[in-house]
Amino acid sequence: MKVKNVMIVGVGGQGSLLASKLLGALLTDEGYDVKVSEVHGMSQRGGSVVTYVRYGDKVYSPVISEGEADFIVSFERLEAARHAPCLKKGGKIIVNSQMIDPMPVITGAAVYPENVLEELKAKGIYVDEIDALSIATEAGNAKCVNIVLMGRLANYLDIAYDKWTAAIEKIVKPQFAEMNKKAFDLGYHYKNL
Amino acid sequence: MKKLMLGNEAIARGLYEAGVKIVSSYPGTPSTEITEFAAKYDEIYCEWAPNEKVAAEVAFGASLRGARSACAMKHVGLNVAADPLFTLSYTGVNGGLVMIVADDPAMHSSQNEQDSRHYAIASKVPMIEPADAAEAKEFIKEAYKISEKYDTPVLFRMCTRIAHSQCPVELCDREEREIPVYEKNPQKYIMAPANAVRRHPFVEERTKLLSELGETTALNRAEMGGTETGIICSGTCYQYVKEVFGDSVSVLKLGLINPLPVKLIQDFAAKVGKLYVIEELDGIIETHLKTIGIDCVGKELFSPIGEYNQSTIRAAFGLPQPETVSADSQIPVRPPVMCSGCPHRGLFYTLAKHKITTLGDIGCYTLGSAAPLFALDSTLCMGASVSGIHGFNKAGGKESENKTVCVIGDSTFMHSGMTGLVNISYNASNSTVIILDNSITGMTGHQQNPTTGYNIKGDPAAAVNLEELCHAIGIKRVRVVDPYNLKECEDAVLEELAIDEPSVIISRRPCVLLKYVKAKPPVKVNTDKCVGCKMCMKLGCPSVSIKNGKAHIDFTQCVGCGVCTQLCKFGAIETEVGKNEG
Repeated sequence: MKVKNVMIVGVGGQGSLLASKLLGALLTDEGYDVKVSEVHGMSQRGGSVVTYVRYGDKVYSPVISEGEADFIVSFERLEAARHAPCLKKGGKIIVNSQMIDPMPVITGAAVYPENVLEELKAKGIYVDEIDALSIATEAGNAKCVNIVLMGRLANYLDIAYDKWTAAIEKIVKPQFAEMNKKAFDLGYHYKNL
Repeated sequence: MKKLMLGNEAIARGLYEAGVKIVSSYPGTPSTEITEFAAKYDEIYCEWAPNEKVAAEVAFGASLRGARSACAMKHVGLNVAADPLFTLSYTGVNGGLVMIVADDPAMHSSQNEQDSRHYAIASKVPMIEPADAAEAKEFIKEAYKISEKYDTPVLFRMCTRIAHSQCPVELCDREEREIPVYEKNPQKYIMAPANAVRRHPFVEERTKLLSELGETTALNRAEMGGTETGIICSGTCYQYVKEVFGDSVSVLKLGLINPLPVKLIQDFAAKVGKLYVIEELDGIIETHLKTIGIDCVGKELFSPIGEYNQSTIRAAFGLPQPETVSADSQIPVRPPVMCSGCPHRGLFYTLAKHKITTLGDIGCYTLGSAAPLFALDSTLCMGASVSGIHGFNKAGGKESENKTVCVIGDSTFMHSGMTGLVNISYNASNSTVIILDNSITGMTGHQQNPTTGYNIKGDPAAAVNLEELCHAIGIKRVRVVDPYNLKECEDAVLEELAIDEPSVIISRRPCVLLKYVKAKPPVKVNTDKCVGCKMCMKLGCPSVSIKNGKAHIDFTQCVGCGVCTQLCKFGAIETEVGKNEG
């Protein structure tokens, strides 16, 4: 299979590393060659974070560059727009509608552009917006935003629902498995596509 | 069995499979997880050393005693460990010794972009570089064979994109190794001049043998495809080249990157049309080619700055790039910030408020330099704040002594800050040193250190008492403040600056991200009382913003530290009393 590219982007501390761990483990079990690239350290402190997940018959580069992503899964609106140039023609954006002000916005040095998703849609970009924070809270914990978004992504990937939930059981601590599976399910079934 | 592994986890697995017994390291992005993962194997003794020099010397001692040993560090850590490295090159090893060094092109989490390959050339030791996690594990095992066969420490080069990328890795069994009976060998291990002069010719001879190894080793391989274009590369650049060109070009992939082969390169060059060298950072392979008289294209096309990717390669070769789209609006940057409730913030607010010159150091607190606090004047390297303030004050005299401090974290103080404090005491400057003790090594992701009372496995350990240590160094004035208490911080800073002798202020409160630190309920803004004066905004707390002209607290982020409540003259920021207090 030709290599598919998924970018997971968000704000440091939102749990994107767990999402990429889940997706990476699942794709490995499916028998694909997989590369997952993360950034640790400095960027985790509330900064913009990016994880690349690439899979197919043979994957070389660990990173995704401009115009290459089949999917961008964004944990925050502004981050979706920041990384939109990485989207491939015909690629899809799945985005949590949450807005988190970056420090330049907080200090008044910059303005949060609230209509960036509309701008992207106007250019013909497929944008699937989902209120993952509310859904995660409904599932039991606001921190499950990552799994809600993976549930949403599952609609677009050719991997059976049961395999996702089995992978969740392997990745998260047993006491959080049920909550995360619920978060996954709510994200998966969030209104019709 | 294949497992998806981070490059750093694969290195740890390689250490395990190679029968390594001792690993000593100091944390540093992007190398930290190597030692953390190694510590999960009961067969390997692992530790956090106070700094990279200590770690390398621990590895030396273990090697001398006959065990396979390792130390891991980031690129700038090798500067600290360079002293033992250069003479380890002369002594060679008993048990195999591998020093893993992780470069950080593009400086995702570093203060410079140095290319550690220069160290291999300068210290005359072999250097190995893998291109992904699977190779990292196999190459580590090869590194130990080379170390023992050629009687040399081996440098093992990683970079961020390999250290922090996962790929499927095949797992093998551990090769257990007996530690031999110790035999004294002073001619080899006592590097006094009389012995060292005999070892230097050995080093030169060894380099010749290693060069011959480079011609035949499986670490280097030519992948012949189309012969119009030939590309020589190593590490992550190999992946970008294959991504763009597949088999349409021929590639000479180098895994043993010091010493570089001659004949292998000459043969490859003879088989291809135009020859390119693609290497991140400095043009080291390119220089080698030009030295041996082979024409190639390198740094004239590829920048010595930052990371490459497939797009960089396409651009350099004038290949078409994929179409892109972007939003029309300006996207504000999102720089890293000190967390909500970060104990460093209160202290930095105090320093910023009084416009105190502040020499900074390496750690989360470097973020105090950002808006709106702008609290730092310098950041150089580990420990430089404490040594630097002494020089600053000696140069500036009394005027600077009364309005200058330095800040350094607990782990960084242990690493190389305390020697600077010895200098302040011994050579008498009236410097004010602030130790930001958050009871953990923070920026690298929470590693224990000699002050925390726990070792790498989380077991109780002896803890250095910072107050007693400073006293023992000769500093009489040592006081502890709670950085959540702004009045206490202000009093301490102003008093110690005014006093005519050196002093240490320990700003002590554990990192808010530590699991045992329980968040208090978020504070709330009483909009009737808030006048929108924006005093609370001066803290640069990511939880505090202005919405509709009034202060607003983001309840998902606020941990109720209460520092902003102390700034509000109108009592408009209220703590929720009675709920989960303490």
